[in-house]
Formats: sequence, structure tokens, C-alpha cells
Amino acid sequence: MLASAATDNRFGLDRRAILPGPFALVGGQSLSALEIGYETYGTLAPDGGNAILICHALTMDQHVASLHPRTGKPGWWTRLVGAGLPIDPARHFIICANVLGGCAGSTGPGSIDPATGDRYGMAFPVITIRDMVNAQAALLDHLGVARLAAVIGGSMGGMQALDWAVAHPDRVRSVVAIASAARHSAQNIAFHEVGRQAIMADPDWAGGNYAPAKPPAAGLAVARMAAHITYLSEAGLTERFGRRLQNRKTAKDNKGGFGFDAEFQVESYLRHQGLAFVERFDANSYLYITRAMDYFDLAAPHDGVLAHAFAGTKARFALVSFTSDWLYPTAESRRIVRALNAAGAAVSFVELESPFGHDAFLLDAPEMNRVVDGFLRAGETA
Amino acid sequence: MRPDLAAIAAAVPRGARVLDIGCGDGALLAYLRDTKGVDARGIDVSAANVAGAVARGLSVMQGDADADLADYPDDAFDMAILSDTLQAMQRPAPVLLELLRIARRAVVSFPNFGHWRVRASLAVGGRMPVTKTLPVSWHETPNIHFCTIDDFRALVAELGLAIESAAFLSRGTRRPSAGANLFAEQAVFVLRRDQARQH
Repeated sequence: MLASAATDNRFGLDRRAILPGPFALVGGQSLSALEIGYETYGTLAPDGGNAILICHALTMDQHVASLHPRTGKPGWWTRLVGAGLPIDPARHFIICANVLGGCAGSTGPGSIDPATGDRYGMAFPVITIRDMVNAQAALLDHLGVARLAAVIGGSMGGMQALDWAVAHPDRVRSVVAIASAARHSAQNIAFHEVGRQAIMADPDWAGGNYAPAKPPAAGLAVARMAAHITYLSEAGLTERFGRRLQNRKTAKDNKGGFGFDAEFQVESYLRHQGLAFVERFDANSYLYITRAMDYFDLAAPHDGVLAHAFAGTKARFALVSFTSDWLYPTAESRRIVRALNAAGAAVSFVELESPFGHDAFLLDAPEMNRVVDGFLRAGETA
Repeated sequence: MRPDLAAIAAAVPRGARVLDIGCGDGALLAYLRDTKGVDARGIDVSAANVAGAVARGLSVMQGDADADLADYPDDAFDMAILSDTLQAMQRPAPVLLELLRIARRAVVSFPNFGHWRVRASLAVGGRMPVTKTLPVSWHETPNIHFCTIDDFRALVAELGLAIESAAFLSRGTRRPSAGANLFAEQAVFVLRRDQARQH
């Protein structure tokens, strides 16, 4: 498996792999084949010891450090991944794959169901975080990567990273889970349900059988608006928008009267977020991926004892949380750390100061980079 | 290396599983890892310290000995280190018991409040002492539970723990056990469970 990236079309940006099935799902169903959209950066070392898998969050994709082909925007984690950064293509072989159920090249509800010749829509089986992880494992087999030096992710990506240590303990040496949790709380599920109901209430959703040209745009935009609030902190919103109005100088200025347009800047911002999201994301994928997150609970198969999920683990762990993240708060990271300590695992944990809420892990966070860099380097020398 | 840290390091066996509570930026742990090949873990309350320690390649978690030691199983470590931290604990006695639940041995170092300069400062000056080992004023100091060497010995006995060895330091050099309560600035005790009192 030492073919160079230049001659082996498995490696590089914007790749597609079609992996023969059947691919068994946790829910009992199976997929006859698996298509995975992914990217790789750097070169796999001769001993295969420098592979790092990056797992993306709910609405991200495989374009972790490359220009997004549809939006033209830079990769979503260019602050952590790139030349001279903690995850560096010069040192690491980096893999990032679109999750199973996604809409950026991997098999999902928008794919063609070979049994019918039509899109799956809601006939797509309900998937889990474990299914996403198993699909990544199948991709690693295809790429000739036996063992990962590290698996790293934030938010839902962190859930996958943690699940890697549980599902494939012999294939991962180090785990980094940032702004994440080992289960979805009632509040997490509640917010997701608001988003799903918004999509399903849109007549254009049509039971999931919408034409690609006529998606449930209004419903998906509302889902994104609700979710986006959970990614920010109250202090962050207040600082950025306060009660400032869009087209008036002062709150006293009531020329033109009152109304329901996007008067407040925060409304205008959220509407923009919703509209932009519709351009790049599929509504059914949103339903399936949020559902997978809701079902996630690493302790569930162990009668609620999270430590048992990690029993016997040989992996090293690093967890990072942010002070103003109320979506996956520090308490959830601490719960994981506690379980890992009880399981005797080597674990590092730090709560970093940030006013930016859950989104902090995607923003400039020098301390996070320092922790990730030190943690990964220590694993390389070990 | 600071003399008190050297005295602690001397007490740690090669290859031991070590937990350093209040490990700061991990200087001692990194030293023990590099010179004695220990399995080094740490806890510190400060995020900046933890980031620094993790950057050294150590397994360190942000946490608080008063609350977080309960998460470790019995005998998880060979040696627990409480370096210059006991006096900052909310509840020193339960912390000592926890140390010797999760580790077979514990090294505990602390500034001796019985040192003559401290006594003189109180007796003559009538003010809480500010010395080289106690550099912060009473209202700013994180040290909320000062003790003397004799106080510590009494607590250890009361808790049913045993003193395996002790080192006493004054101005960076070792000094004898006799008169330590008056003349030592710092003490480093190695504790173990008292076998006779084990169930």
C-alpha cells in the first residue's frame, strides 16, 4: 500500500470510493454497497504509523482543509489542519470522510436505492454514530490504513472519535474529542426535534420525496436557525448584535412603523444563516444525521456505566471543552473523563476559556491548538 | 530542580504509576517520566497549566483534588504526589485518605507553619507571616489550611496512616529530624497505609 499519492487515485482531494457490500447497520438493515466521499492529505508513512482520521460535525463535510467545491469557502478546520499546524500534511496522512447519511458524496437518503432505482428518501434506514464509524473503518480498509495514530473530531465528530475507541479499540492509538459528549441530553434531542419538525412541516418536504430542485427550503432554513442559536453563547450574541436594529439608527426612530421584517440584526443574521445552509445541505440528510446523534449514548449498552464502555482501552484520550458551550457543556466532557479515569485510561482534559459558545472549536483557539499539538506529538514519540 | 521536588523525586520508584495532584505545568512529572520512566498522570486546577503539561506530552486533567480523586479506582497508582498543595485543600484529611486509597504510597510536601521565622513573625510582629516559602499575604493566599510538622504527624496518626520516611528542608538543604518542627521550612513525608490497621 505504498503507492504514492501521485499515481494512486485513492489518495487526494475530493475522492469517491465505492465499497462493495453488504454493509450491515446497527439497526439490523444493510446497504448493498457503500459510497464514500472523502479527502486525504499528506502521505501514508511506510510503517503506516502517521494516519489521522478527522471526523466532521453535523453539517460539515470532507473538505476539512480544502476549498469547498460548491461554496468556494476555505475548509472548515484550517485553523488546526495545514502546514505548520498541529495536524500537518507534511507529517501526517490525514483522512476526512463525509459521514454515512450525509449529502457530500457519501451514501445517504439522497442516494439511489438500488432496489427501486429511485432516491431512498425516508426509505433510507435509520443510521447511528456507530454506523458512521464502521463506514469510516471500511474506507480505511480500502485505503490500506490498518491503525490510526489518532482520531480527532469536534461536536458530532468528537462522538465518532470516542466511539472509535469503543468500536475498534485495536485500530486507534489516540483519541481527541473536542466540545463533545458521550450521549445526547434531553435538551440536545429537544432542539433537534424542533429542527426536524420544521422540515417535516414544510409542504415541500412531501414525506421526504421532494425533487432536488424543490427542497423544503423554508423548513430546513428554520431548522438551521434554531440549531445555530445553540452553537453560540448568549454573551456572544449580545456582544455581536445586542438589540441593534437593521435599518434604523435608534430604537426611538419609528419612521415607517413597526413590523415583522428582520428588524433586529440578530434576525437578519439568522435568516442569512438559514438561507445559506439550504444552498449546501440536504433536508433528509439533516433528519437522518440529527437522529443518529440523538440515539448516541456510549453507556447505554453497559447499563448506563460509561466506564464499562471504555474498559480495557489502550488508547490515550484528550478532551477539550469550552466555558461558554452550553450545547455540549464541560460537565459532559468531565463525565467522560471520570469514566476514562475509572477505566484506567491515559486521559488529558482541559476546559478552555471562550466567549464563542459551541462554535469555539472551529474558531481561532491557540490553547486548543497547543493542547492538540502536544498530545499528538507525545503519541508520535511513544 | 527545586530541593523539595528533588526530595519528592527521590522517593518515587523507577517505572511507578504516578499521579501528581496539583501538578502545575508538569515539570516534576516530565522529570520523573524522563529520568525514572514512570507512567505519569496529573491533575491541576489551572487551564493554562494543564495546556502546558499536555504540550509536554503528559496525561493531565483539569480538576480539583477535593472533588475529582473519587473517580479513580482503588490502587490505581503506585504513588500519589501532593506537592506543596495540601495547605490549599478545602478538606485536607479526606484528601489524604483518598490519596492512600487510589495509591499504595503518597508523597506529601508542605510549608512548615511551625518554622521559627513564622512563629517570630506572629509572636513579635503580630502579623501573619510573609516569608520566602509563604510569599503571599493572608487575604490573597490560596493556602487556607496551614499546619506545622507536628500537626501533620498528629493528623497522619489520627487517620490511621503510617509515615514511611520524611525529609526536612531549610534554605534548600536537608536538615535532621530533630527540631524539624522549629527549624525546617518545608517537610516531605512518604506515607503508606498502616498495615496493622487495615481490615
